[in-house]
Amino acid sequence: MAAFLEIENVSKSFRGLKAVSNVSLNVEEGGMVALIGPNGAGKTTLFNLIAGVFPADEGRITLAGNDILGLRPDQICDAGISRTFQLVKPFPDMTVLENVTVGALHGAQNIQEARKAARNNVELLDLANKIHLPAHSLTLPDRKRLEVARALATRPKLLLLDEVMAGLRPTETDEMVAVFKSLNQETGITILLIEHVMRAVMSLSHHVAVLHHGKKISEGTPGHITQDPEVLDCYLGEEEDV
Amino acid sequence: MMGVNFLADLTIKGKAGLLLILAILISLPFWSSSYIISVATITLYLAILGQSWNLMLGFAGLLSLGHALFVGISAYLAAYVFSVLGLPPVISVFPAVLLAILMGMLIGYLGFRFSIGGVYFALLTIAFAELVRISVDHMGFIGGTEGLFLPVSEGDRKGVDLINLRGHPFMFYYLAMVLAFLTLAGCRTLLKSKLGYYWQAIRDDQDAAQALGINVFRYKMYAVIYSSGIAGVAGVFYAFYQNSLFPESVFGIERSIEVTLGPIVGGVGSLFGPVLGAFILTPLGEGLTELIDFLKNSGIIDPKLKLNGLKLLIWGLVVSLIVLFKPRGIWPWLSDKLGFCRTEGD
Repeated sequence: MAAFLEIENVSKSFRGLKAVSNVSLNVEEGGMVALIGPNGAGKTTLFNLIAGVFPADEGRITLAGNDILGLRPDQICDAGISRTFQLVKPFPDMTVLENVTVGALHGAQNIQEARKAARNNVELLDLANKIHLPAHSLTLPDRKRLEVARALATRPKLLLLDEVMAGLRPTETDEMVAVFKSLNQETGITILLIEHVMRAVMSLSHHVAVLHHGKKISEGTPGHITQDPEVLDCYLGEEEDV
Repeated sequence: MMGVNFLADLTIKGKAGLLLILAILISLPFWSSSYIISVATITLYLAILGQSWNLMLGFAGLLSLGHALFVGISAYLAAYVFSVLGLPPVISVFPAVLLAILMGMLIGYLGFRFSIGGVYFALLTIAFAELVRISVDHMGFIGGTEGLFLPVSEGDRKGVDLINLRGHPFMFYYLAMVLAFLTLAGCRTLLKSKLGYYWQAIRDDQDAAQALGINVFRYKMYAVIYSSGIAGVAGVFYAFYQNSLFPESVFGIERSIEVTLGPIVGGVGSLFGPVLGAFILTPLGEGLTELIDFLKNSGIIDPKLKLNGLKLLIWGLVVSLIVLFKPRGIWPWLSDKLGFCRTEGD
């Protein structure tokens, strides 16, 4: 059976530099897959390829069997994929609620319905007491939460999370992990995440893929990855040195 | 319905303030001079245009420096068909507004299709406005540089003929007031709708907006369509109020810049800012002209002294001071001080 999200031999170069090189990855429906690797490994480039930010040089990406490569970002969202940005992109002059309402308007019948849905997402991400603050006044961890709330508000089938837990305290990380776990169980949402916080990767993902210099060097269960000598050599091992 | 909505985000104080302003505006013809009425009419007209311009920049983040184009082509079309065919503005307003919108769509298409953003988009709007100005200069059938004049008969300034827009200056004043109010209420409705949310999202971060499923091209086009449409309505009003159109004075870049000053002073992105800005700048400019005339006539300053640019100089000074000290404009600060608007909340 075909996977929900299928990435097949995708490559992308920037001025001759292979940012993503012949990467294949399958994500099952309802799965939670983590994408890890050192900085500059091509993780965000792969996200941008899925999200339609720029076209791939080669390869194929399908969602539920439909080709999505070459679609514009808004069409990708229509197809059921929502993403967060590693460098957060809030709408600074809009309030938290308005930010999330923009997301919720995707598929909502009217403003009232969208605001109601947005409110739920704001509460889910623990931003309820900042609901009427302009987004530019939020701290970075809150902006990360806002990114997630806004992306979730579009009611995606697949959520792409780009380092949303960076900068959170361990207890806050656990809270956010709990949110994703319960969402995954309740709504069956599929999640593909880029994350450096191994604490989150270990407790959240069913499956981990490791990128290095644009190539996939390993994949498997979290337990398997942490034993892989190549991964330890290029990525996980480094952290222990620090 | 629109009016009821409109009051919803005003506090009791705000409602009282609005009533007071309305009372002053409505009663103005009964206790002021015809000169003041003419200044007030132009002020309201500029408030409408400021609203139209603010819809593009303040709501959707699109800088237009060619708004005179939308006003001008609409004015010319309505004036031409009236003077040649006798077609009343109540009918010609439709093709005139359509022409303004088509012009807007053409500029928008070129700008957004080829991702010409920010200041380069503004240059595109200037280029089109200049292109049309120079073209009209050479179009003999609409007067060229000689100008286009609407037929005015002696009795026209006495009656009230809303179909042909011929009548007493008070008629134009009240018409401008109604149009300004409708524009304000309409813009408020738009801002609170899905369109308004999407425009603000695009203004604040286009990439994030697109990632949330917003077809950026389409919603930017909607902004240009609404903005140029409103400017088109104002253009028809202008043609019949002025009765004379010259390419330079209609399409000139000064006209486009004049449109931007009110919202900048009042507050880009706010609903009432463009109105407030118009009510500060226009009377200020006119008052200054009056003051200079008075000083010259009473011999305090040399009557031969040429002070043509002084109005623009003072305007420039006001805008500089606003940008320095209240970069978000006067209205957001003033409404906060006065407590006129409800803060965001359900």
